[in-house]
Amino acid sequence: MSSKVRIFTFRIDDRDVSAREDESILTVAKENGIFIPTLCHVDGLTPVGACRLCMVEIAGRPKLYPACVTKVEEGVQIITKSDRLTRYRRTILELIFSERNHVCSVCVSNGHCELQSLTQKLGMTHIHVPYRFPNLEVDASHDRFIMDHNRCILCTRCVRVCAEIEGAHTRDVMGRGVDTRIICDLNQPWGTSETCTGCGKCVHVCPTGALVEKGKSASEMAKQQEFLPYLTIMREEKE
Amino acid sequence: MTKLRVATTWLDGCSGCHMSLLDIDERLIDLAENIDILYGPLVDFKSIPKNLDLALVEGAVSNEDDLKKIQKLRKRSKILVALGDCAVTANVPAMRNQFGVPAIMERAYEENADLNPMHPNTLIPALLPRARPIREIVPVDVFIPGCPPPADVIYHALCELIEGRIPDLSDITRFGL
Repeated sequence: MSSKVRIFTFRIDDRDVSAREDESILTVAKENGIFIPTLCHVDGLTPVGACRLCMVEIAGRPKLYPACVTKVEEGVQIITKSDRLTRYRRTILELIFSERNHVCSVCVSNGHCELQSLTQKLGMTHIHVPYRFPNLEVDASHDRFIMDHNRCILCTRCVRVCAEIEGAHTRDVMGRGVDTRIICDLNQPWGTSETCTGCGKCVHVCPTGALVEKGKSASEMAKQQEFLPYLTIMREEKE
Repeated sequence: MTKLRVATTWLDGCSGCHMSLLDIDERLIDLAENIDILYGPLVDFKSIPKNLDLALVEGAVSNEDDLKKIQKLRKRSKILVALGDCAVTANVPAMRNQFGVPAIMERAYEENADLNPMHPNTLIPALLPRARPIREIVPVDVFIPGCPPPADVIYHALCELIEGRIPDLSDITRFGL
């Protein structure tokens, strides 16, 4: 880190805050105890701005900014709560629910799911858009893990943790729009992958029940994500 | 104070939401001073009464009978409550939607039948192409997610409705639970 790093001062909602120029709006908000909803973001992985839930307003500018990938600026007024943001965030969640088959009551991740708990945080009791009910695969070909595409929200945390932390890059993304899928290697069953090390990091960063351990029943799949920031910090120190 | 005229019904669900309603326990006696349950699985009337104040609906809309019932209930009640995840999201009953009716009928009445496999053609109402949440069929006034919604949540909702308020329940219940 260069000693010439600049410090910016600006406002988030009604708070005056200061931060290093290389920090994201989301990081600074978190440090100051200001809640911004996120799904694709997880501490320790490169932010990608995929889920768009962390969108914030900057006073005087018409467009919205994803807080996880937007760096702070001197003198700006950042707004994290407004009727427009609430409406957009709820619509994003509703579209996620309608796009695949999320059946919380019988899901192994019931009670441990970030998607499920966000509905409550954003005050959502039902969805307004029609459900699609697509016919999707469940890949149980791996010895210890299952990928259930019905519950995947395409946050790409699994892709990133596999590439950035485990260094295997077994997972990637295929297709576009509603046809987008998370795949293993060259779109083959997980159990036949030659690059997967079976480390299970993808399972534990997955925010929903899309990636789970075998043998878990409803509500039993609690995830452990604490390892991730430590691994990242330890590696940075080594460099 | 006149008592609220209430109906409850059970469409494509497991009756768990009605069980949760009964789990209100002794507080039901307090509620009974303010509401009259006139129709539903808990009482013996066979037809849906008119001029209802409140209808509590459990379950998704899955067959022709569900469809008729929900339309009639909507016409006859001032406030319609989607009680539980099946009513709110179609939940477990909707897991059949991705396969289509012919495939699931074949599975249930032919592949899994040991004796005399045949499709039902009388008495049992025909399935709709998809199990659907109530709000895709008729307007809903109150949503109570949860599988089932806890008794305390149902009690709170009923108390608010008795007072003439539309309850805000997002803090105390959610999908799945």
